[in-house]
Amino acid sequence: MDLIMNSYVIELAWIVGKIMLVVGPLLIAVAYLTLAERRVIGFMQLRKGPNVVGPFGMFQPFADALKLMAKETILPAGANKVVFMFAPMLTFILALVAWAVIPFGEGLVIADINVGILYLFAISSLGVYGVIMAGWASNSKYAFLGALRSAAQMVSYEVSMGLVIINVLICVGSLNLTAIVEAQRGMWFALPLLPMFIVFFISTLAETNRAPFDLPEGESELVAGYFVEYSSMSFALFFLGEYANMILMSGMTTVLFLGGWLPPFDIWPLNIVPGPLWFILKVMLLLFVFLWVRATTPRYRYDQLMRLGWKIFLPFSLIWVVLTSGFLLWTDNLPAVMAG
Amino acid sequence: MGVENPVPELLHEYLPIAVFFAIAVGLAIAMVSASLLLGNQRPDDEKMTAYECGFDAFDDSRRQFDVRFYLVAILFIIFDLEVAFLFPWAVSLGGIGVFGFWSMMLFLAVLTIGFVYEWKKGALEWE
Repeated sequence: MDLIMNSYVIELAWIVGKIMLVVGPLLIAVAYLTLAERRVIGFMQLRKGPNVVGPFGMFQPFADALKLMAKETILPAGANKVVFMFAPMLTFILALVAWAVIPFGEGLVIADINVGILYLFAISSLGVYGVIMAGWASNSKYAFLGALRSAAQMVSYEVSMGLVIINVLICVGSLNLTAIVEAQRGMWFALPLLPMFIVFFISTLAETNRAPFDLPEGESELVAGYFVEYSSMSFALFFLGEYANMILMSGMTTVLFLGGWLPPFDIWPLNIVPGPLWFILKVMLLLFVFLWVRATTPRYRYDQLMRLGWKIFLPFSLIWVVLTSGFLLWTDNLPAVMAG
Repeated sequence: MGVENPVPELLHEYLPIAVFFAIAVGLAIAMVSASLLLGNQRPDDEKMTAYECGFDAFDDSRRQFDVRFYLVAILFIIFDLEVAFLFPWAVSLGGIGVFGFWSMMLFLAVLTIGFVYEWKKGALEWE
């Protein structure tokens, strides 16, 4: 009995250790992503961005976090208090737990479940609850309108994201994320499925409410959208959750299309670089594009946004599902069905 | 260790996720309560009103909204279900072959008819 207890404790400690190894760097990455965003956009607009706190402004995100920590938490009088407090926590929790299935390298994954992509898809679609709850509970018109817009936008683009994922699954024949990466040893899916890669990337922009699809937040019209009433750490949790989601979506794109931890070519100087480093490099590249897009493009109109999602992306990715499956069936290149 | 693992293999794979969930919940609660304790809480009536550009709120925010948001939600249910149907099909296509392929094409064709109908009806228009 003692032996069983011991093995449990050891296993649990090992799991907790692994999770901390992901959560710690992730939160630091989020902090530096906010800094990188301000610096990159600053340089693109020919100004300097925050550069005073610490060398190159390196301590700026921590100063911001401490400031937010010390601020007063305002609970609006008309708000549904419990839901109001719970919404940012939900956003934050969901942005974290999705990382449980992302493989950083060969075998470097917290939970290598066989339905990994389904889990990711489910968790990312739950994100809309945090938004809706925040908008409703705030009992403020701006927050309510922002939440409505955001919910409609997120569900619209989720459909096309789902269909793009189907395209990849047809090529892989497994829902396991490690298997999806391994299937890209010969060629990254970004090449044969290039149109789907582009549709997926644009959908992730819409899914994370980033420019040019940042209508739910639209500073100039809705002041901040669904989190207008939030302050202090509740606000920070939304902020953290949103940026963690950006990194998550980039990680998902990397796993599905850019070969995860695999080097671009399996040749000498490239294949001695450790896998996780490749993974991080690819995620950073995608995040840079996120910021670049924000600095470059003006905001969409709402009707344009819905048109793009429902009338262009949805039919296009659906047709591509038929094409991919038809082509692989015709040329007899479908992956063999795995047992179990 | 010579001790047979009493937890079924399938559930065992999900244990890290449950632990991760617990840690995330703990972290979120810890962060919010830390700021509640550290921050200086001085609520007053003006501070706690809903934001409306400096005015007092004109009316309640629990009001009517555009029915098209509702329509989008319904369309989403239909198409997300379709995607959910496609998941197992996509994974097992190698095993079910030509018959499986055409069965799904028939299903997609039926759905596409509905999609074309709603397009023509203007359900996707946002003026």
